[in-house]
Parts: sequence; C-alpha cells; structure tokens
Amino acid sequence: MTDTVTSIIPLLAVLVSLAAVVPILLSRKRPNLREGWTFAAGLTKLGLVYAMVGPVLSGKVLTYRLVEVMPGISVAFRVDAMGLLFALVASILWLATTAYAIGYMRGLNEHSQTRFFSFFAVALSATIGVAFAANLFTLYLFYEMLSLATYPLVTHHQDQEARMSGRKYLTYILGTSIGLVLPAMIITYHLTGTLEFSPGGILAGHVSGPLLTMLILMFVLGFAKAAIMPMHGWLPAAMVAPTPVSALLHAVAVVKVGAFSIFRVMTGIFGTGFLLSQHQNQLIIILAAVTVITASLIALTQDGLKRRLAFSTIGQLSYIILGAALLSPKGMLGGLLHIAMHAFGKITLFFCAGAIFVATGKKNISEMAGIGRRMPITMIAFLIGAMSVIGLPPTGGFISKWYLVLGTLEADQPLMLAVLLGSSLLNAAYFMPVFYRAFFCPPEESGFADRFNEAPVWCVAPLVFSSLMSLGLFFYPQPFFNLARLAVQAFTG
Amino acid sequence: MINPEQYPILIVIVPFLSAFFLSITGCFKRSLCRPIALLALFGAAAAAVGSLHRVITTGIIHYRLGGWPPPFGIEYVIDHLNGLVLVVITLVALLAAIFSGKSVERELPGKEPLFYALFLLLVVGLLGMTITGDAFNLYVLLEISSLTAYALIAIGQDRAIHASFNYLIIGTIGASFYLLGVGHLYIMTGSLNMADLASILPQLYGSKAILTAFLLILIGVWTKMAFFPLHTWLPNSYTYAPTATSCLVAPLMTKVAVYIMIRMMFSVFTPAYVFHHLAMAPVVIWMAIAAIVGGSLLALSQRDFKKMLTYLIVAEVGYMVGGIWLANRLGITGAILHIVNDAFMTLCLFLAAGTIIHRTGGHHFDNLKGLFHQMPLTMTAFTIGALSMIGVPPTAGFFSKWYLILGSIQAGRYEFVAALLFSSLVNAVLFFRLLEISYFEKPPHQENTAHGPVSMVAEAPLTMLVPLLVSAITLIVLGIYSGELVTKIIQFAVPAGI
Repeated sequence: MTDTVTSIIPLLAVLVSLAAVVPILLSRKRPNLREGWTFAAGLTKLGLVYAMVGPVLSGKVLTYRLVEVMPGISVAFRVDAMGLLFALVASILWLATTAYAIGYMRGLNEHSQTRFFSFFAVALSATIGVAFAANLFTLYLFYEMLSLATYPLVTHHQDQEARMSGRKYLTYILGTSIGLVLPAMIITYHLTGTLEFSPGGILAGHVSGPLLTMLILMFVLGFAKAAIMPMHGWLPAAMVAPTPVSALLHAVAVVKVGAFSIFRVMTGIFGTGFLLSQHQNQLIIILAAVTVITASLIALTQDGLKRRLAFSTIGQLSYIILGAALLSPKGMLGGLLHIAMHAFGKITLFFCAGAIFVATGKKNISEMAGIGRRMPITMIAFLIGAMSVIGLPPTGGFISKWYLVLGTLEADQPLMLAVLLGSSLLNAAYFMPVFYRAFFCPPEESGFADRFNEAPVWCVAPLVFSSLMSLGLFFYPQPFFNLARLAVQAFTG
Repeated sequence: MINPEQYPILIVIVPFLSAFFLSITGCFKRSLCRPIALLALFGAAAAAVGSLHRVITTGIIHYRLGGWPPPFGIEYVIDHLNGLVLVVITLVALLAAIFSGKSVERELPGKEPLFYALFLLLVVGLLGMTITGDAFNLYVLLEISSLTAYALIAIGQDRAIHASFNYLIIGTIGASFYLLGVGHLYIMTGSLNMADLASILPQLYGSKAILTAFLLILIGVWTKMAFFPLHTWLPNSYTYAPTATSCLVAPLMTKVAVYIMIRMMFSVFTPAYVFHHLAMAPVVIWMAIAAIVGGSLLALSQRDFKKMLTYLIVAEVGYMVGGIWLANRLGITGAILHIVNDAFMTLCLFLAAGTIIHRTGGHHFDNLKGLFHQMPLTMTAFTIGALSMIGVPPTAGFFSKWYLILGSIQAGRYEFVAALLFSSLVNAVLFFRLLEISYFEKPPHQENTAHGPVSMVAEAPLTMLVPLLVSAITLIVLGIYSGELVTKIIQFAVPAGI
C-alpha cells in the first residue's frame, strides 16, 4: 500500500537550517536581524515538514537520493511516518526554543550569541537528517554531525566546568559511536551488503546466536545519546549548557535522536519479526527497565533542578526504548508517541527551570520554596509539564503511557507493567514536591516576596505555548497518533 | 596546443627545467623565484590531470624516452594507480608552494632561489619515481628526492641539521637496501624494466636470490616510508624542518614510498608470489598494527603539536601497509584511497600548523591558546583535518577507513579492525585536546619578542589561508565523491586476480 515518490522536500527540510548559518553569521552585528533569520529558517522548515504530513498519511513514502558514496551506500533520505513524527516534533519545538533562547540569552547577556544560534541551526539540520535518513550510513553521518555541532553549545560558557563536561560529553558520545556503532554498521554491511532501512529489517537470516546478541548490544549501547545505563553519564554533565540548549537538545533533539536511532535500527535493520523469533528483545527490555527505575531513584536525590530533570530524562528515554523492545504493536505505538509527548512535557520543564534562573538566579530546588507566588505562570506551566511526564490526564503524556502499559500486557510482560507504574509514582515523588513547595510552603520559609515578577515575555510565552500543547495533545493527539499508528503498521506488516 | 601524447614527459620536465631556470634567475631577481615555481607546478599539475584523464578514457599510457624501446631505454608508464598519485603529488605541491610564500620570507630570508630550486627538484624526484617504469631509474629519482629533502630540512633552524643528518644516514641505508635488491634482480634477469622483469621473474620464483631481492627492496622502501620500527628518522626531521618544507615533505614522501611498495609488489612481482608463495602477510599486518598503535601512543605523549602530527604520519603508514597486505580488493582499495586522502589530510593539518606557527611563533601546545577566537578560519580548517583523521563522515578519512575495516573483516583479521578503531579513538583524544586548548584557554598576554609583539595574533594572511581552506574543502569533496573515485579509478588500480 505504500508507494514511493521522489521528492526534494526532505533534502530542503534538512538543508534549510544549515543554509541559515550563512546569513546568521553575516548579520552578527545586528541581533534582531540575526534572530529573524533563525525564525525564517524555523518557519520554512516547519512548513516543509508539515507539507509532507498529508502525502505520508495518505500512504506515500518520499525519498531523495543525493549521492552514492560507496557501492550500495548513498546519502539518501526517506520520509516515512516514523521519521516525520520526529521531525515534526523537532521543528515545532525549534521555533519555541528560538523564541525562548532570545529571552534567555539576552536576559543573561550571554557572550558569543552568534556562535550559539549558528550551531543551534546546524544541530537542527542534523536532527532532521537523522529523522529522514534512508539508511544507516546517512543516519550515522547526521548523528556524528549532531554530536559535533552540539559540543560548542554544551560548552558555551567556556569555563573549566564546561571544559570538563564537554570532555565527558564527547568521550561518551563520540567514543561509543566510533567504538561500537561504526564496527556494528560495518559488520552489518559485511553480512548483508546493504544498509538501507527496510520495514522488515535486513539482517534476518544473516546472523544468529551470540553475534546477533553482540550486534544488538553494540547498537543499543553505541547510540549513547539515548542514555541507556551505563551510557548515561554524559547527560547530567551536559546540563552545564545554557538552558535553551538543555531544553531543546537534551530533552528533545539529541536524546531523542539516540532513542530514535535505536528504534530505527531495531525495526529497520533487525526487523521486529526477526527479533521476536530469535527472542532477543528480553535483554533490551531488562536494560531499559533498570534504567527507568534507577534514573528515577537518582532523580529523587538531586537538588539542582536541571540535574533532576536530566535524570528524569534518562528514565523517560528508556520508556521509548522499552516500547520498541516490547515488539508489540501497542508498545511500539506508545514508544513512538512518547517521543512527541515527552518532548512537549520535558521542554516545558526545562523552560521553567531557565525562566526561574533568569528571573531569580536560583538553580536549586531547596531555594525555590514560595516561588509560585512570584512566578505563578511559570509554576503552573511546570505543573502541566510534570503531569505530562508523570503520565496524568489531561496531558499528552497520559496517552503515550497508556499505550505503553497496554503494550506490556499485549507482550505478556507483567513485570514491565509494574516497572512503568512504579516509575510513575517515582516521577510524581520527584516533581510534586517542587510544585507543592512553590505554592504551599509556609510564608516564613518562602525566599521570595509575594510580588508578581515573571521572567521576560520571550521566556514565558514559549513555556506557556509548550504547556498548552501538552494539554492540547490529550484532547487532540491525532497528527502524532496517526503518524505513529501508520509507522507501527509498517513495522508489523 | 601541446600534443597530449607529450603530457607524461611534461609532468617531469617542466618542473625539472624550471628548477635550473629558477636558480639562475634567482641570482638576479629573488622575487621571481616563487612565481616561476608556481607556474612550473601548475604546468605539471595540468599535465598530470590531462594524463589521468587520458588513462581513464583511453587506457594505460606507455611513453618511451627518446624513442628507445624497452627494455633498453627508459619507459614511462601511466596507469590508473600512478596517474592518480601524480595528480595528488602535483596538486599537493602546488598548494604547498602557494602557501610557502610568507613562511619562506620569514623563516628563510634571502634563501628563496635555493629553497624553490630544491623544492622543484624534490617534486621532480617524487614525480619521476611515480611515473617511471624502470626499477633503476626509480632508484636515481629516489636519491634525488631524498637528497633535496635532506637539504630542505637542514636549511632550518637549531636542531634541523642534526635531524637532517640522522635522516640522511638512515635514508641512505634504506636507499642502499633498495639498490641491492634491484642489483639482485638485474643479476638474475638482466633487465631493469618493470614490465620486462615481470615477464621474466615468474620462472625464477623458486630462487633464493629473488627472495632476497624482494626482501631487500621491501626493507628499503619501508625505511623510506618510516614504517614502524624504521620510523625513527621521521619525527625530528619533519618537526624541525622549516614550515614550508614540512608542508611539502610530510604529505608526500611517505605516500610515494607506499606507492613504490605497491608497484614493486604487484607490477614487478605478482600478488600470487607476494601473498601465497611468501606467506608473510600475517607478520606484516602485525607490524602494521604495531605502527598504528605505536605511532598513536607516541603521538599521545607529545606536547608539541607539529611533532604530534609527525607521529600520526607513522600511524597512518601502518593503515596503508596493513591495508595492502590484507590481500583482498577491499583492503587494497582502502589503502590506495588512503594514499590520496592521507596526502590531503596531512597537507591540511600541516598547513594549519604552519599558519599557527607563522602567527604565534612556536609549535608548543601553549601556542594554541585562544586561537579559535583569534584565527577562526584557520582553526575551522584544522578541525576539518582533525575530523578526517578521526574518521568522521563526510570527511575523506572516514571512507578509506571504511574500506580498510571492511577488508580486514573479510580477511578475518579482527586484530587489524581493533587497531584501526583504536587509532580513531586515540586521534579523537589527540585532536580534541588541541581543540580544547584553543577553544577554552585565554590567549597569553602580549609579549615583546625579537619579532615584535607576538600576541597580536590575527587571522592568517590570504596566501596561507586560501591553500589551507582549499585543502580542507578538498577533504569534504573527496569524501563525498569517494564513490566516484573508487569506481572510476581505484578499482582499476587494484591488481587483477585479487
């Protein structure tokens, strides 16, 4: 039922933010014009991505082959429902983040803003490139590009702490991609002679036994951006970045690229049917479950708000991996939906953390008692974001979690059901006190005057937008839901 | 117009005659030296590109010097392999020559005629070695390139003379090994023409003398390419050489030696003899692994970025030798592709290093402080070179590494896969350490030295920046079009029957 159409739109969608770097650099002396370019690129990108939704939902697959770099290996794009879902989330949130970044970076008078916006644009190109990659090589190409483009963003402050965090970031991300993914990719090519993603996978019949287990582990651990334990150490360290970076890259783009890559490899390279028949998914399920619980427990102990969010992200990413590894239609649907739902929820939380920092200079939760009376909009948005991450109605997070839970039952994994529910409780345990203390702490413990004093409007508007999106996605999840359902249909045939 | 038939001789004769012309003109007007050299190299490059084009379209070119038929006269043969290498040599030399202007002015004032005459002669030696189809003629040109290299290195400051002397001793021993080997071949066959040798030798493959000849030639060439553990001459001589010299010799000398090894192994001897009769491939691959690991670790222990780069050359030689001795199509393809890629990678990094040395006056790690801010374009080019060394797509280095790893998996040599990955990871550490220093650390305060206030570090002059950026962009272009390069040229350079 899928029919393949050649279209240049995917290429344009990838390149538009890359091309924006040139005018951004040229207008470095005029900040308003410079940010205008980022907005222009963001809107164009969103328009291009959105233009593909209709055709894809009607069953088309858009492809574009750029250049053949090695026999049987091209730089090529292929837009299917799964890639489009991710690209749509990333390009919507890039716009929100750009607005937020203007408020944040100017509010704090950060240095080197031109560099910041340039690399941000490059990072977005790389993200969309991963989403639309037609084969493992193209995915790897953009994965590496993302690693390198985010390095100057993570280390933006250029101080000793940034240097150490940057080193950790690269060690984990580049070390695993060169040390694990690259050889795994070459072995795959050696075995099959191709790297193209195909709905049924390409490895079936080429590999079995210990080599298969090894390949799975090399891919799952090698895509360290997914931060599955023990490959998670870089994520809390990367929180040294300015908050807009943490928000978009470490709640949406970078980490989701990791989870997306694992999802893609499991469905397009291994193939769900093949993995099921070889009973190889249990190992990934266990890794993901351990990560979910452990990360949530660690999050409980963190006082730095961004660090708590970081560990929360680690746990939530493994939901996606878990959804993929369940290999049941509902589980995979939940996993894919969680890419979108968690993105909107978590970016709201990061926006809030940044807004608090801009308005008050506070980073630690223990210092935020009573802040709700000063920044009520921010803190209500925080509540909505937190509810979405916990998975409570009426937020989008409830829907993805619902399908994940159904997936565990469908796959006959009752233990995983317990893990998901337990994790929800833990999520509530580490988020709710923040909100509660913000509004309901005794006045004498409050560190803030009752005066209403929010962060600049450029900071507040995006977080209001993303929290409203989280609410809206509960009532109207259709665009993402339809894409995810179509993607799952493709995997399961 | 010049008859395309004459391109092969032009590649060599234009820079050769220009070298003499230049040294005479230089006596009267020093400022003419560089333009003449540039013109000569441009001519050679055009002829090389023209020849390669002819090879691709019409096949292998045989050119008889003075019309003497082989095996009595000297014959030039251009096939896909050396056609490619000739283009690489001329283009790299041209870029290095464009770059050299300011640096020669600063480091070797008044010595322009000498420098450029030697520069051209060195290039002539490299081109001649590559183009010739005669084993003894190759020796002569090997000595021409080596002697000029000794001089070009010794022309530098301080320790350059000692380093050059060390190189001279070891290099001469290496050349003697090669000569002895060729002598053995001549005694046994009475011929020096490579094609002629190739037709006579198979009857003599049982002979101990032929075995000795092969091993002597191999060791001689290994010495010239600084194959671990015969590398000891290289780091110091390339580090203390004048900037302009190192930008020429570092990318080219070792690569041409690798080319000679391939030529000897496959055009004079046969793959069957080398790989099956001798059965020494496992040993050579382990030596290549030693070169990669040893070179990487020694690079890791340096605090001088130019010296660090020289140790990386040692490691990269291991890539190419190992790739060829994998004895399968993929490995040899990877090795030949790596000759091209590594030439441009090394060029890019040495040009960047040269630019930094020109602006900051030294090659210690501390000289890099704050450079991302002061020389953003130079550092961008340096970063691209570094990414290619690490092997990040779409830079060229990724693709040759891909073929090499695929070839070693096919050959079942997982130890070589491990070595290649290890080298990538070490390169990542090496280069990000440098990038960290130049990105995070503040530039030192102004200091007044003999050359004036040094910390007035600004972006490089245009004559340096342009070749540097061209070499960096070339790395990306080479990467993207590596598929074309392999299907149009390199696949025909891999010997048949592998």
